[in-house]
Amino acid sequence: MTTTAFDVQAVRADFPILGQVVHGKTLVYLDSAATSQKPRPVLDALRSYYDLDNANVHRGIHELSRRATDAYEGAREKVARWINAPSPKEIVWTRGTTEAINLVAHSWGLDNLNEGDEILISVLEHHSNIVPWQLVAARTGAKLRYIELDDQGRWILDDLSTLLNDRTKLVAVSHVSNALGTINPVKDVVARAREVGAVVVVDGAQGAVHTRVDVQDLGADFYALSGHKMCGPTGIGVLWGRAELLDAMAPYQGGGEMIEFVHRDHSTWAGLPHKFEAGTPNIAGAVGLGAAVDYLAGIGMDAVVAHERELVGYALDRLREIEGMRIYGPESQAERSAVVSFTLAASHPHDISTILDAEGVAVRAGHHCAQLVMKHFGVAATARASFYLYNTREDVDRLVDALGVVKRIFG
Amino acid sequence: MEEPRLDSLYQQLILEHYRAPKNKREMDDPSVEVHLANPVCGDEIRLQLKVEGDHISDVSFVGQGCSISQAAVSMMTALLKGRSLSEADSLAERFKEMMHGDEAASKDRAMGDLRALAGVSKFPVRIKCALLGFDALQQAMGKAGSE
Repeated sequence: MTTTAFDVQAVRADFPILGQVVHGKTLVYLDSAATSQKPRPVLDALRSYYDLDNANVHRGIHELSRRATDAYEGAREKVARWINAPSPKEIVWTRGTTEAINLVAHSWGLDNLNEGDEILISVLEHHSNIVPWQLVAARTGAKLRYIELDDQGRWILDDLSTLLNDRTKLVAVSHVSNALGTINPVKDVVARAREVGAVVVVDGAQGAVHTRVDVQDLGADFYALSGHKMCGPTGIGVLWGRAELLDAMAPYQGGGEMIEFVHRDHSTWAGLPHKFEAGTPNIAGAVGLGAAVDYLAGIGMDAVVAHERELVGYALDRLREIEGMRIYGPESQAERSAVVSFTLAASHPHDISTILDAEGVAVRAGHHCAQLVMKHFGVAATARASFYLYNTREDVDRLVDALGVVKRIFG
Repeated sequence: MEEPRLDSLYQQLILEHYRAPKNKREMDDPSVEVHLANPVCGDEIRLQLKVEGDHISDVSFVGQGCSISQAAVSMMTALLKGRSLSEADSLAERFKEMMHGDEAASKDRAMGDLRALAGVSKFPVRIKCALLGFDALQQAMGKAGSE
């Protein structure tokens, strides 16, 4: 495979926000796992949409409505190609991964799960892939079971044959961990889950950012992602689902756009994907996400992944030199995406984050919406540095220097 | 605007209370206890009070969290023993004034070691860390009053 020439300085020039000074220091943004920054072409697409094309979609015969509809549906086609979905009809716009998972929990879960059925998730999940299933379990009587973690935050799959059994109706697992960066062997679990006939939901909030996603190759039934973590705007995300499942599911919300005919006593539904898109959607968000996909396609996902891999390898090497550093997650770089979760001696992650911020370095401190992961490692919180296509080795060096200030204050 | 300085936040006295907190122990038979957490960052404390009449005769806490939350609780407990409930409430209100940048409050000798936390007011996202202990105190006194 040929590698695209990747020039990180040229990439950085596309992200206007990165050039600024905070607290007297040039910004080092290491919180992309929370949300990514947005490149100029995405900002331009949003601006251009509102400057020139803004109208409601699928409603008007007039020129602007046609343009807005074309842009909105065009973005759907771009996303479908990006994740190799068989058809854009299988791409449902949502507010983000959280809403996408809740949609499946509500529209598939409530109608298909019964007392005694089992839902299999993992201890590694983000709260958005735990709580919706707890809610559904409470309402249906289904039982929640967990894939446990080893001491490197990897799934323990030795007892998968008992975890997956004829009572398992649904498996919901993350592609890549937001808290630890673990790249999970999702494809293997999907294949095993399908042997027992379970429906599989993959939380791709990080997976869609840090891997090349091919939903057909992965073999799952649903894949959820968030636009804002992959250079797109906030408030737009995607649920990909197999057409036959989506067709059989009840709508998630009722309203305009999602109907075919409304009668006094009942209504009939629009076809896919509009059945799941009640109300005026986030049109500009979809257009922006389409622009983000174009941007990433222009750079090449292989180049992005290669850059991140090189960078996280360098970060791990540098961080491991620091006395008192504890890094959570897989030791092997091959099992880890662009996230490094750590604690440093007696300093609390919240203090680490304040001190790094004063040095211009933005990281996240806390439980990362993964309290079960924190509990697994016996910590209340970690500091998390996460990298993306615009980060550099100099960013890593700045992080390491700033951690030196933490050491000076807290010893 | 001048940048708030880290050394105004992380004063030596704060680090001392963080490393060796006062009154960090489990009380045998508290009159009242309150468990309070800051879900954003995982700071948590369980504050225990022994109330006799209208006085706090003993106070203790257990918990974990950042230096600011834990030092603030430690400093607070050091001032509470023997205080009346209304004096303790005044202290809580005075501390909140200091967190809102009140200069006079930060020089008030009645505030004891808590004065070292005045710099937190320049770091808005950390103010709720500093307030965790006093929030628990006011909840605990509310419970004690209603029992």
